[in-house]
Amino acid sequence: MIVPFSHVMVLASAVFLMGMVTVVTRRSLIMMLLGMEIMLNGGAIAFVGAALRWGQLDGQVFALFILAVAASEVSIGLALIVWMVRKKGSMDPDLLRS
Amino acid sequence: MSLYDLIFYALGAEILVTTAIAVTRARMVHAVLFLALSFLGSAGLFYLLGAPFLGALEILIYAGGIMILFLFIVMMLQVEKMEGQRASWSRRMPAAVLAVAFVLLMGLVILSDGPGHTAMKAAMASPGDFGLYLFRQHWLSIEIVSLLLLVALLGALLLGRPSESQEPPAGTQQEDP
Repeated sequence: MIVPFSHVMVLASAVFLMGMVTVVTRRSLIMMLLGMEIMLNGGAIAFVGAALRWGQLDGQVFALFILAVAASEVSIGLALIVWMVRKKGSMDPDLLRS
Repeated sequence: MSLYDLIFYALGAEILVTTAIAVTRARMVHAVLFLALSFLGSAGLFYLLGAPFLGALEILIYAGGIMILFLFIVMMLQVEKMEGQRASWSRRMPAAVLAVAFVLLMGLVILSDGPGHTAMKAAMASPGDFGLYLFRQHWLSIEIVSLLLLVALLGALLLGRPSESQEPPAGTQQEDP
């Protein structure tokens, strides 16, 4: 026997929350991208826990897709950040308004 | 409390502590390294929850690939000299509102889930079973995800090209984007 599913959900929610607060408060695009990675990781934890709870492999399959989406998101995001630093010399998202 | 429970709480505490340290660092190199530790903890958690293949992938892709990519970019751009490292005060308020709403919502979801409070049965999906299930039931999704990865690769290549104003390297032809 292993911990109840609600404890897994509490852990996943806490990880997701930390990522969300990072995305909103930080003023550096790299830290915002890191926050999005943390959020995706929290989602993956919840999916794997749900796969164990209901005994279905679909949750694990979805966690695999989350991994792939995170990888492509990071490659595009970092390329965009490099492009922006070359253009503007800074990675403050407020500069994108002008 | 069984051994599984102990391992779960130890891994959970490790994930929470390293993630909290990572998101509060002002220096991004430290943040990335602590986040790699957090992802290693997540890999152990996946193994504990019956997904050894996902645990291995988490180490390979997240801790090994994505975090090292972040580290390269942070070192390449020398971002430590740039402005805006600290959290800004003007955004604390929306963050607090979002956090309270999220905590209330998740609390409601978790508390209303009655059967979720009983202990789960430990199980393990072997990588072979997982692969067979993946390619039998979700082959179309796999193709779509592989297309997504291809698009991401091409997009990163396109964005990473030197801009038009710069002189192209000798021997290459400049072409329209």
